[in-house]
Amino acid sequence: MGERLLKLIMDILSQPAVLISIIALIGLLIQKKSASEVIKGTTKTFLGFIVIAAGANVIVGSLDPFGKMFQEAFHVTGVVPNNEAIVAMALTKYGSITAFIMFFGMLANILIARFTRLKYIFLTGHHTLYMACMLAVILVVSGLDGVPLVVVGSLALGLIMAFFPAICQPFMRKITGTDHVGFGHFSSLGYVLSGLVGKAVGKGSRSTEKINFPKGLGFLRDSSVTIALTMTILYVIIALFAGPAYIEKNLSGGTHYLVFALIQAITFAAGVFVILSGVRLVLAEIVPAFKGISTKLVPNSKPALDCPIVFPYAPNAVLIGFFCSFLGGIVGMIFLGFAGSIIILPGVVPHFFTGATAGVFGNATGGIRGATIGAFVNGLFITFLPVFLLPVLGDLGFASTTFSDTDFAASGIVLGNLAKSFGAGGVTMTVVGLVLVAVLYNLFRKNKSARA
Amino acid sequence: MKILAVCGSGLGSSFMLEMNVQEILNELGVTGIEVEHSDLSSATPDAADLFIAAKDIADGMEHLGEVIVIDSIIDMDGLRTKLTEVLEQKGLL
Repeated sequence: MGERLLKLIMDILSQPAVLISIIALIGLLIQKKSASEVIKGTTKTFLGFIVIAAGANVIVGSLDPFGKMFQEAFHVTGVVPNNEAIVAMALTKYGSITAFIMFFGMLANILIARFTRLKYIFLTGHHTLYMACMLAVILVVSGLDGVPLVVVGSLALGLIMAFFPAICQPFMRKITGTDHVGFGHFSSLGYVLSGLVGKAVGKGSRSTEKINFPKGLGFLRDSSVTIALTMTILYVIIALFAGPAYIEKNLSGGTHYLVFALIQAITFAAGVFVILSGVRLVLAEIVPAFKGISTKLVPNSKPALDCPIVFPYAPNAVLIGFFCSFLGGIVGMIFLGFAGSIIILPGVVPHFFTGATAGVFGNATGGIRGATIGAFVNGLFITFLPVFLLPVLGDLGFASTTFSDTDFAASGIVLGNLAKSFGAGGVTMTVVGLVLVAVLYNLFRKNKSARA
Repeated sequence: MKILAVCGSGLGSSFMLEMNVQEILNELGVTGIEVEHSDLSSATPDAADLFIAAKDIADGMEHLGEVIVIDSIIDMDGLRTKLTEVLEQKGLL
């Protein structure tokens, strides 16, 4: 009897979908929601996780032929960076650890915001989920498991959630003209780089908003449409290089190779669409609870919000930034081709969102010149970083997709290489040490100002 | 009645917008209004009675019907004014 009970508990805790709905359930109960809302919210979260897993199957089905075609055509591995695809794939294996790290990581974010000078509450829930997942993969590969894994992962996540908005804040003050709102999107290093480049090159350059720009590219904001169109272009070009003989014999089962490429491209977009719906369901209850609890516990905190919050401040810089970043992605890809390394293909979605934001940051410090060059540098940056991330991702490093934004790559590269050089103990000590430094610095400063 | 907040990917910005709308509805003491968020592709005219988005994606939303366009998702005052106006028109306030 006791053994069956233990098995029941263990099976519950190893099922990420069950685990994450329990987290949602706790959140809803803490907020004293009505019974109907508790039932609805918990079920939706459960449903969402299963939907993500279903989307992962769709994506894997279309990425597999993509990888094979690319290999046949160019004799190197081609990778399309896409957060949704890699996370959905990773969650099938690392789902429970991700759920634990996400839950305790959000608590760690609240505590770090409370007890250090990093007063940011990271509210971009999907990026919290993706970062939790990336950390789960890196730390498992580095040899941690059980309680230490969750503790180190959560502390790292909490620190990351408060740290990256902090480095963006000087630029955010300049863009929005206030200090109330933080910036929470895990490609901060690219944006800060763009802002710094803008400062360096942009002396005397006019703001992008002084130029008149043609409209009509608004449909690019519609991420499903953009993914479908660009994946079609990518798949068709690669199919042309791989040739009809190979594809019709080995992959398509006789279907015309271009028709096959088209269907696989749209299947990829459909997979992302499904995963996004799942992510939306999973986060629907967790993020408002997090927001509510954090405003109560950390009264003077700043909410760190998703990247489109800066778009309305410089709509022209958004377009310029996207094009220049994409151009940077293409130049970077050609460079990787000549270097004979793994090839990172330019994904339009990451280049759109991170390029556009880099454009706004570059414009804030260096006008048109800052937006152009800053976003171009961002494009190069998000192309080169994943090359160094792939080796530390274990099995997932061999998937045809990976994390697309700079902070995922940078955090992964740092922690992964620490683990390689100093083992799991090195990673643990670094993460705990950094948190302590942040807390102690705050105490020290407080004492000093109290004495003065 | 149902309000749908919309943004490009339907994850971050529209979600913040949804929470802000909810907060304002609570402030105003209006009940019985459902608020959700989605991406631009999933938003169809029958998905809600009223749509809300920031001005950077509003160009792609004319086909949806009644749309409130705000300057920025952090502009709470603008959102409150426009939302109150529409709710008064509809006789819900």
